[in-house]
Amino acid sequence: MADAAPAIELKGISKSFGPVQANKDISFKVMPGTIHGIIGENGAGKSTLMSILYGFYKADAGEITIHGTPIDITDSQTAIRAGIGMVFQHFKLVPNFTVLENVVLGAEDSGLLRPSLARARRELKALAEEYELNVDPDAVVEDIGVGMQQRVEILKALYRQADILILDEPTGVLTPAEADHLFRILGNLKDQGKTVILITHKLREIMEATDAVSVMRRGEMIETVTTAGTNPTELAELMVGRTVLLQVDKTPATPGAPVLQVSDLKVEHDGVARVKGVSFEVRAGEILGIAGVAGNGQSELLEVLGGYRPATGRATVNGVDLPLSGRGADGRSRRDAGIAHVPEDRQSEGLVMEFAAWENVGFGYHHTDRYSRGTLMDHAALKADCAAKMERFDVRPPNPNLLAKNFSGGNQQKIVVAREMECDPDLLLVGQPTRGVDIGAIEFIHQQIVALRDAGKAVLLVSVELDEILSLSDRVAVMFDGRIMGERQASETNERELGLLMAGITDTDAPHSEAEIEANLARRSASAEKEA
Amino acid sequence: MQKMPQWADVLLIPLVSLILAAFFSAVVILAIGENPWEALKIMVEGALGSTYGWGYTLYYATNFIFTGLAVAVANHAKMFNIGGEGQAVMGGLGVALVCLYIPFPHWTLALLAAAATAAVFGAAWAAIPALLQAKRGSHIVITTIMFNFIAASLLNYFLIGPLKADGMEPATARFPEAARLPTFQDMFSSPDNPLFRGAPANVAFFVAILACIAVWLLIWRSRLGYEIRSFGWSEPAARYAGISPVRIIMLTMLISGGLAGMMAINNVMGEAERLVLNSAEGAGFIGIAVALMGRSHPLGVFLAAVLFGFLYQGGAELSLWTGIPRDMVVVIQALVILFTGALDNMVRMPLERVFSTLRRAPKPDSKSTTARTAE
Repeated sequence: MADAAPAIELKGISKSFGPVQANKDISFKVMPGTIHGIIGENGAGKSTLMSILYGFYKADAGEITIHGTPIDITDSQTAIRAGIGMVFQHFKLVPNFTVLENVVLGAEDSGLLRPSLARARRELKALAEEYELNVDPDAVVEDIGVGMQQRVEILKALYRQADILILDEPTGVLTPAEADHLFRILGNLKDQGKTVILITHKLREIMEATDAVSVMRRGEMIETVTTAGTNPTELAELMVGRTVLLQVDKTPATPGAPVLQVSDLKVEHDGVARVKGVSFEVRAGEILGIAGVAGNGQSELLEVLGGYRPATGRATVNGVDLPLSGRGADGRSRRDAGIAHVPEDRQSEGLVMEFAAWENVGFGYHHTDRYSRGTLMDHAALKADCAAKMERFDVRPPNPNLLAKNFSGGNQQKIVVAREMECDPDLLLVGQPTRGVDIGAIEFIHQQIVALRDAGKAVLLVSVELDEILSLSDRVAVMFDGRIMGERQASETNERELGLLMAGITDTDAPHSEAEIEANLARRSASAEKEA
Repeated sequence: MQKMPQWADVLLIPLVSLILAAFFSAVVILAIGENPWEALKIMVEGALGSTYGWGYTLYYATNFIFTGLAVAVANHAKMFNIGGEGQAVMGGLGVALVCLYIPFPHWTLALLAAAATAAVFGAAWAAIPALLQAKRGSHIVITTIMFNFIAASLLNYFLIGPLKADGMEPATARFPEAARLPTFQDMFSSPDNPLFRGAPANVAFFVAILACIAVWLLIWRSRLGYEIRSFGWSEPAARYAGISPVRIIMLTMLISGGLAGMMAINNVMGEAERLVLNSAEGAGFIGIAVALMGRSHPLGVFLAAVLFGFLYQGGAELSLWTGIPRDMVVVIQALVILFTGALDNMVRMPLERVFSTLRRAPKPDSKSTTARTAE
């Protein structure tokens, strides 16, 4: 194997977007029949590199060799002909087509559809047997779960004779069980001699699934190492370029009186029940983590508590009722009630991207005396406060005049977190605090959240990252299909237990087959679609 | 990092667009067998060569400032108010009612009352589409343009009915002497130095400048302006921050309609001194181009309004003194709108590329560009 030509070899690839250099002189090799990880923080240039490989972008310099043959990839058709298949983070499927139709789409043999479909059906059957890629070819895509949809994407690539498969952040939308199944499929592909490139920012996946891993940082390829010869700490250091604390340092919580009490909260949107009666409480000095696969009602719950989604039921903060619809159910009243909110989507909600940083530090609090005088805004106060916050939260570059959109994800999040934490809230709502945030900033943001807890504040944390939930929370509640499936002490639970709850299985003592979990997920998404 | 320095965005792009528009206008003029250089000279001479010309240019500019500001304010909330025409017509109705039926002791009081009424009428006309947008999601572009037609019909009705003066014309009676606004001639002329003779520019021009300052304060200094801009950039963010979309849509459109309505103190009260059919003369639509070209900034709106005032007056002179028909003047105006508004990106993208290559090259001139971007 060692003397075979590399499946892919890149030499000196560079790509700039205007003044930003996304890829700088990148060279690396991927050996055939291996699973090769590419890891790096957001903005490290992973996606740009893969887009060049798939023909979406043209490199400014450098050359690409596939199985020893130099090739000029001008568009995705060339890439497909060269045997490269890509599974995107956001699936590119036609929701109301069947699996079979989606697989054939764009790769029909002739103007007549029937022979193509028949051939595809035969091939899908063969592929399913070979790789454990079981999908019902006649199922309509919108009725099957995300894990299944991802398999359709893989099948699409294989149907097009791909022997190099690139997967971009494939586990973002999967439960742990689904992710395990995916990695088994990738293992089968590898055993059959296919080459897999796995792009991720999750160290655990790299360690579990890959043979070799390339680390990217700020557009440069830092190093390629064999997975067996490295460890998560080393990889994290390579990614960030300095020593990182992977575990959150925190003492056991000392919960005080309940701050937030929620009972029988229900949310309906367009006639579909999104939250189906949840009850819980968060006490002063503790972090309640809400785990769950994206789309199970957690986002809606945060929006209700943040004041911008109507609901029924009851919620109180320090014993005072929060209006859940109509007058008083707005973000401003919530802030007045002592609730701060780091929203899930900082780019569309938490920040106004076209505003300068200094305009953003008062966002939501702009009506308070701190930031306005009468009907006019106090620009001097905003700018001074922004500069101070930037120093305390180590925002880089510390330039209050820079537009929010020109900061990196991590620094944008630091601006939001600084604003929401420094208004001295009783309750902090945090949604996906580290989504799209680089490791260095993750560490810092986690420390800030814990510090707020230690100051006796209540924190409600919503995250789809199980690692984050487990390391930050004192207590964990799992949401599935709009309900809380169970609550655990973070110190007394583990990923497997929570993973089952996330898949909607409450009876965690009984052993469960994967098929059962999958059926459960598919049923849920199918019923959600029907209701919609 | 900004793609290019601010001065390039504000000055260079409009300038290049204008040069392109001028070039193609020249081609058009050549094509009909006239001399473009002569045409340009006549336009400049006619619009800017005398106080008389300036008196017309600034009169038109005053109309365009009001309607341009109206569109600009709505733009900041990402609402496209193309109902400036109808709102200006309704403003005219308000001005006429106030001037005809209230006996004023002095023109200053008349101006205050007329301006307020014009604003209220214009705002009221914008309020209905705004309410439909805020509460029912009816698209503001559709409703405001429909309301232009309703306003025109309503004006028709009043001018052939309740407000019609004696005679053949569908127009109101002339406003009383006390409601006459001082023109530039009244203000700046002396017997031995006659200026602005017969030109319609009047004191409303200064009200328009005040309006520019007020809009600047509103958008960039006030809390409401902050909320309007954040709503405009991102509605989800505004909702997250507790800014009510209904409130912002209503207030923004009321202010926008009020500004468009106030145009009537210039054309109805200052110039015609009575209300006639088609009183707004399309100024509401020119306001869209003015706001686009002025980047929705009051200073930009002011400059763009003066430019369009020049095109109006210069165009009138052109059709007066040459064989270039009036329609050709409209073509020239259209070319300016096309290049400064619609084809903005055509000029912008190559310029951005130029600036980014300039910046990448480590040359001393990168200092001058970065120093300016600090603002």
